[in-house]
Amino acid sequence: MSDTPLSPVREARAMRRLKRAWDSDFAYSFRRAPVAVISFLVVLTLVLAAVFAPLIAPHDPFDPATLNLMNGFTPPGEANAFTGEFFLMGTDDQGRDVFSTILFGMRISLFVGFAAVLLAMVIGVTLGLVAAYIGGWTETIIMRIADVQLTFPAILVAMLIFGIAKGITPPEYRDQMAIWVLILAIGLSDWVQFARVVRGATLVEKNKEYVQAARMIGRSGPGIMLRHILPNVLNPVLVIATISLALAIIAEATLSFLGVGAPPTKPSLGTLIRIGQEFMFSGEWWILFFPAVTLLALALSINLLGDWLRDALNPRLR
Amino acid sequence: MLAYIIRRVAQSILVLLVVGLVAFSMFRFVGDPVDNMLGQERTQADIERLRETLGLDQPFPVQYWRFLEQAAQGNFGLSYRQGREVGDILLERLPATLELAFVSGIFAMVAGIGLGVFTAIRRRGVAANAIMTLSLVGVSLPTFLIGILLIYLFSVELGWLPSFGRGAVTSVGGWWTTGFLTESGLKALILPAITLGLYQMTLIMRLVRTEMLEVLRQDYIRFARARGLRERAINFHHALKNTLVPVITITGLQLGSIIAFAIITETVFQWPGVGLLFINAIQFVDIPVMAAYLMLISVMFVGINLIVDLLYFAIDPRLRVDRTSGKTT
Repeated sequence: MSDTPLSPVREARAMRRLKRAWDSDFAYSFRRAPVAVISFLVVLTLVLAAVFAPLIAPHDPFDPATLNLMNGFTPPGEANAFTGEFFLMGTDDQGRDVFSTILFGMRISLFVGFAAVLLAMVIGVTLGLVAAYIGGWTETIIMRIADVQLTFPAILVAMLIFGIAKGITPPEYRDQMAIWVLILAIGLSDWVQFARVVRGATLVEKNKEYVQAARMIGRSGPGIMLRHILPNVLNPVLVIATISLALAIIAEATLSFLGVGAPPTKPSLGTLIRIGQEFMFSGEWWILFFPAVTLLALALSINLLGDWLRDALNPRLR
Repeated sequence: MLAYIIRRVAQSILVLLVVGLVAFSMFRFVGDPVDNMLGQERTQADIERLRETLGLDQPFPVQYWRFLEQAAQGNFGLSYRQGREVGDILLERLPATLELAFVSGIFAMVAGIGLGVFTAIRRRGVAANAIMTLSLVGVSLPTFLIGILLIYLFSVELGWLPSFGRGAVTSVGGWWTTGFLTESGLKALILPAITLGLYQMTLIMRLVRTEMLEVLRQDYIRFARARGLRERAINFHHALKNTLVPVITITGLQLGSIIAFAIITETVFQWPGVGLLFINAIQFVDIPVMAAYLMLISVMFVGINLIVDLLYFAIDPRLRVDRTSGKTT
């Protein structure tokens, strides 16, 4: 991403690489799946909108100086009766622009989602690799813990971890820490899937010749696990990560909706829906409707993308 | 077989002990319960007195033993927030959750099996395809959004059903309260039960459909047709019966998640059950309530899993082969 122009040689190389990527089986099956293309575009649009929220958002919903209480409850697409200001998706009770809060809320939802999945992936992949490669007691203990955790639905585990973490943090830091606690809670509730899949794949891989060869030339255990086995068990991890991302975003929204997640000072999509629900009975539908639709679009398109990815990466289905 | 049962029971007890340790550690190490219970104006004497009442001045192993002893008797001490016996509070809230779980379980079963059979028989029909597509969307919808949607439709727009609470309840036998006996109680049950049961319903529906499609291809169904039996008899007597084994086990395992997801539904509908109690406990860091809920739900989960595992033996004779002596493939 530098500003200096590429040299002709490097440019040609980059073009060749692009061409090869475009011609690959993977890209071909992507182009032939309209559902996947549309979902990808939706996800891309939403992610970009979230990343560039400060540039796109017409208002800064968290700067009290720009808020005007007179703007409260402006319906979407209409000019406010007092100030004459216009809001694409209307305003909430405090005159905050719903469109802007959604953009900033999505940032938090996506950040928590990505970070939680990353955490779950790192823990799960590490434990799965170690369990399968070392075996014995290590394996028994890790997989037993996984079994016990799997007895309980992930969302319940996340709630519990959130509650415990909340109890440990001093009250004055709770709002600040809420986002990180959420990531921890969702990440820790979701590692089991990764561990199980990686362990299964590693058990198959570790007896293959290339692993034996690596062991023969004296590579260390961690080196073999990271450089040799990991790249070969990564495909299913990617699929689970995509589906986990949708689940993590829904889990975050659910926790925030229940009031045990992102605080009202840093609202995620779930918090916005929680706030909007209060106005459902008095007819201000837009405060609830737009965040809900955004969440749904996000979760649904990531899910559909994950579905397609699972089929595309599965050699047995080709 | 006896060895297997003993091993399963031992495993279950081990899980419960681990959960008990988690619950107790929460009790002991999360926050300062004395801080949580006393207000701003407190004296050192107040603090000491409360520590003694709560048993917090004892050494760790003593406290753990006391906790296990008390937990086995359903005694989890006083709620930090309400200052009442946690056991009493839970007991008072439990009927609401169990009734909700029961009704939504029945709904999921009946609607799931019915729609599953329907979509399998009319595999190429417009209605069946529409139901299958809708079920995909339904699975992607978070539970709380389904609840909000139903409230919006049936409470706000149409005004047919209440949007929160349990309606009027009748007390039965002094300790159980039921909403089954009053009109408002029954009305209040409908929306939460559908919200809670919808996910399980789609799951059962898809399972029944797949199993039915599988079974309908079998020879004995073709013979039944050749014998001239009526379609209804074939579909329900011959085909459905053989799909029920996996359905029953899955439903059994799903009972646990119905109870867990009741937390979400109860919050959306302000249903006065244990789930709502748990959420409030998290919000106010009411550790005894959290610990007690955790233990309660673990006993339920572990119990259900154990029963389902043992049911396999009763239903499927192939599993009864002794695992240590004979290898069956």
